Amino acid sequence: MEPPASKPSILRFEHVNVSFDGNPALRDMSFEAREGESRVILGAAGSGKTVLLKTALGLARPDSGKVFVFDRDISTMQESELFGIRSRIGMLFQESALFDSMSIEDNVAYPLLNQLSIKCPPEQVHSRVAEALKFVELGTTLAKFPSELSGGMRRRAAIARAVVTEPPLMLYDSPTAGLDPITAHTIIALLIKERDISQTTTLMVTHRYQDGNLIANFRYNSKQGGLEPASHAPGASTRTTFMVLKEGQLVFEGDQDSLEATQDVYISKFVKQRV
Amino acid sequence: MLDFLKEPVLSIQEFSLLAGRAFRNIFRSPHYSDDIAFQMDTIGVGSLLICVIVGFFSGAVMALQMYHALATYGQVGKTGQLVSITLVRELGPVLTAVMVAGRNASGIASELGSMKVTEQIDAMRALGTDPLQKLVVPRLLATSFMLPLLVVIADFVGIFGGWVVSHFALALPSQQYWLTAWQALDGKDVCEGLLKPFFFAIVIALIGCFYGLRTTGGTQGVGRATTQAMVMSTVMIFVIDLVITKIFVDAV
Repeated sequence: MEPPASKPSILRFEHVNVSFDGNPALRDMSFEAREGESRVILGAAGSGKTVLLKTALGLARPDSGKVFVFDRDISTMQESELFGIRSRIGMLFQESALFDSMSIEDNVAYPLLNQLSIKCPPEQVHSRVAEALKFVELGTTLAKFPSELSGGMRRRAAIARAVVTEPPLMLYDSPTAGLDPITAHTIIALLIKERDISQTTTLMVTHRYQDGNLIANFRYNSKQGGLEPASHAPGASTRTTFMVLKEGQLVFEGDQDSLEATQDVYISKFVKQRV
Repeated sequence: MLDFLKEPVLSIQEFSLLAGRAFRNIFRSPHYSDDIAFQMDTIGVGSLLICVIVGFFSGAVMALQMYHALATYGQVGKTGQLVSITLVRELGPVLTAVMVAGRNASGIASELGSMKVTEQIDAMRALGTDPLQKLVVPRLLATSFMLPLLVVIADFVGIFGGWVVSHFALALPSQQYWLTAWQALDGKDVCEGLLKPFFFAIVIALIGCFYGLRTTGGTQGVGRATTQAMVMSTVMIFVIDLVITKIFVDAV
């Protein structure tokens, strides 16, 4: 397997500080995610996890420091320049953020029709939308509106909207928040399926250690159509790095073994035994 | 003292920036014509009935009030003249704008506010759309186009309402009412009556969008934004009305 360091850099934070109304949200944040890597971001509420994802998308601007996405510095880009970069990033928002006034089909078609750099021919839009919804097992909901779907279905529709453009970088903001354990497992299985089929670089913010554990130790078996322990597959490692944030600062960055071995009281709060 | 002023000054600055960017974006691509048409329907057609009702009854009341005031001077024949001038210059534009502000400034603020607190605005930006171009510009264009039309309709229905009262309740000759109502109006009155709703529309749309897009604090914040948008746009309608009226009065 190719060593991670030789892979191209997908997302890099260099001493990034972000604040809102004078309150620091991210402090001196530095890390680098390389192609094909998975990153699981843990931390208490208000520790800056969502802000980190929004800064990576250019939705929040750093006060200082630099953010490189696909090796391009986005921290000083104009909004219009950012649209090109954003078309290569898929984002799942915490509450799904589906457009209430549009049907599920229109929601999923939205990035194909509105991202100028995608240039999807209009005649292909419907088939790509149907394919994305089939991927998340929501093939029969095209004409429905978000308010007609359950929380888990809305989350899956939002995943379809995020992956329909086949972006190489995926950002998931608390994909399992507020869902029952079975639905949460389904959602994480979808994330792993997307990561392993499309070979995307994945950043996932979560409160649940089980989600990170699944991301780190399971792979999607496309032949059997389900998850299997990564140790059963050739090239066992899923290259997952865990990050823990505390009050806007990165207090831990490393693999699952190092995370579980830590004696730090704050960090160990997020760690449970492996399933 | 400075802390006290900081918040309103910051709000004015943010509003000015939003307004400037909205006007600039009118001339930029892409143009969301479907959204403009939808907003025209929501804001214009949707407000038609309430504007017609308000116009009719304000005209009728004006006729009733003016008749009795003019009777003191033996000038009841000028009822139509006073009703039409009052409606076209003042009551038509102001009352229609207040109705549209109550219905649409609050509607815009609550819709955009809900989108803001559920991250739909962020999602829009993430998915390659400028929310200003997609949400603000269509509402600005639709309101600016539809409010003057609503005012024209409300003016006419108001003058008609005045005639209904004059003819059926006050027994004034119809021909005299319509002739004086028509002859009283000149180009300046019509210009003033159309210019006012145009500026009111800009204020209604931009204030609604401004409070909607700066919503924070969940559903409670949406409620607050809705109230603020309605109150502020109504107040600004009266302020702008005074300014435009002064300009036209001085221009005589």
